[in-house]
Amino acid sequence: MKSILKRIQNGEILVADGAMGTMLFQRGLKPGEPPESVNMKNPEMLEEIALSYLNAGAVIIQTNTFGASPLKLSDYGLESKTEEINRIAVERVKKVVGNNAYISGSCGPSGKLLKPYGDTEPDDIYQSFKRQMRSLINIGVDLICIETMMDLNEAILALKAARSISQAITIIATMTFNETPRGFFTIMGNDIKTVAEKLEKGGADIIGSNCGNGIENMVKIAREFPKHTSLPIIIQSNAGIPEMKEGKLIYSETPEFFGEKTKELIKAGVSIIGGCCGTTPEHIKVIRKIVDIYIENDGNGNRLVRH
Amino acid sequence: MEILNQISVSLQQGDDEKVFALTKQAIENGLYPKDILDNGLITGMNIIGEQFRKREIFLPDVLMSAKAMYAGLDQLKPLLISEGIPTLGKIVIGTVQGDLHDIGKNLVGIMLKGAGFDVIDLGKDVPPEKFIETAKKENAKLVGVSALLTTTMTNMKKVVDLIKNEGSDIKVIIGGAPVSKEFADEIGADAYAYDAAKAVEMVKEMV
Repeated sequence: MKSILKRIQNGEILVADGAMGTMLFQRGLKPGEPPESVNMKNPEMLEEIALSYLNAGAVIIQTNTFGASPLKLSDYGLESKTEEINRIAVERVKKVVGNNAYISGSCGPSGKLLKPYGDTEPDDIYQSFKRQMRSLINIGVDLICIETMMDLNEAILALKAARSISQAITIIATMTFNETPRGFFTIMGNDIKTVAEKLEKGGADIIGSNCGNGIENMVKIAREFPKHTSLPIIIQSNAGIPEMKEGKLIYSETPEFFGEKTKELIKAGVSIIGGCCGTTPEHIKVIRKIVDIYIENDGNGNRLVRH
Repeated sequence: MEILNQISVSLQQGDDEKVFALTKQAIENGLYPKDILDNGLITGMNIIGEQFRKREIFLPDVLMSAKAMYAGLDQLKPLLISEGIPTLGKIVIGTVQGDLHDIGKNLVGIMLKGAGFDVIDLGKDVPPEKFIETAKKENAKLVGVSALLTTTMTNMKKVVDLIKNEGSDIKVIIGGAPVSKEFADEIGADAYAYDAAKAVEMVKEMV
């Protein structure tokens, strides 16, 4: 497959997949069960989800390994299964997507707070990420996706861990921001400027934001990033904040709404658009449709709409 | 008192050694423990809470100030108890069953302690029964439940149902990243707090 960075340089907009947790939940994952337990208990589910996103038009498919770093797995006494959990996740996606999509190895936060605010040593977090990264990269992911990070220092540790395993692998790094009267910040107080500069310096290839409070804020975040970096931007938004209706969790932002906002993300110069919590293959289908319209309107391999 | 102001300022700066030394000195100078608590530590934590709420400061600042607060509070607590000085009220808090995230819950605990409440923290992954059993045993009238995951927030309903089904007058306040006022209403919780500072405000109204 062609290098993802080359495709982006050529002006292509790539569509990534949507939520994993939401899909697992729909398929019977119980509250409180670690999502990664599915990898061992019910790996067919991983194929089913990968296929539904592939069919929806995603060309980047994530592995179910968000919480599969040993430090995080130790919460459930599963750290000794780190390699197995990561291996199965990659293999099952690979089996479904073949060469039709990039396999993106998901890596989320350790769930620990770094010293001096918390009690965890940076090296413990680094070693934990390194073990997961080694697993993902050795089995053959095309990309590493460090995501939902709220502490820039932790994101950098994950970046370094991935780079220590492979200099060549494409690394995506995204963080989660909240809107404040003074702009967007992570809960640890990192602003977009600092995040963009430090992630770029730290060796990321593609940076941006995921999760969050809904796609309208993501449009604002997407406009901010290019002011501080020359790297391609990725946006993977939640479908709003979940609400409880008749005993079920509902995310308020519809695929149609996502479609409208996708146009704005494209105008902001975003290179990869996908979804996070609450998004489904229906959301991805609409994103695909909108992106295709923009690509069709072009003709020269360059993007038509850039205001 | 100048020393109380110094305690408040040092707490805001997250200087735990200074808060420890100043609190010790204030006790030795014969100041009332309640006075040191209210006009030193709580005053400082109130300011920190307000700044965090406006996102003028962030989680790391709050956590450093919390460390400083404990450096003072740990010295005052035995004195307050031996003098029989009541706290603002008792509240049992914990992260909902199945959820192992406790940063937000800890923050709420810090802010409540910093406001003068007696906080019983049950930790994370707390079964619904444990909330109500502890509240009854400790004679607490309030239970605070936290969740970070959309996959675990539904377990909050079990805590509310358990308490309401018993006809207990214990009140439940909930919070956490995916939780909303609408969700709180839907499951029948008594209150919802958007953040730790709001939690303190609500709890003050509820006791």
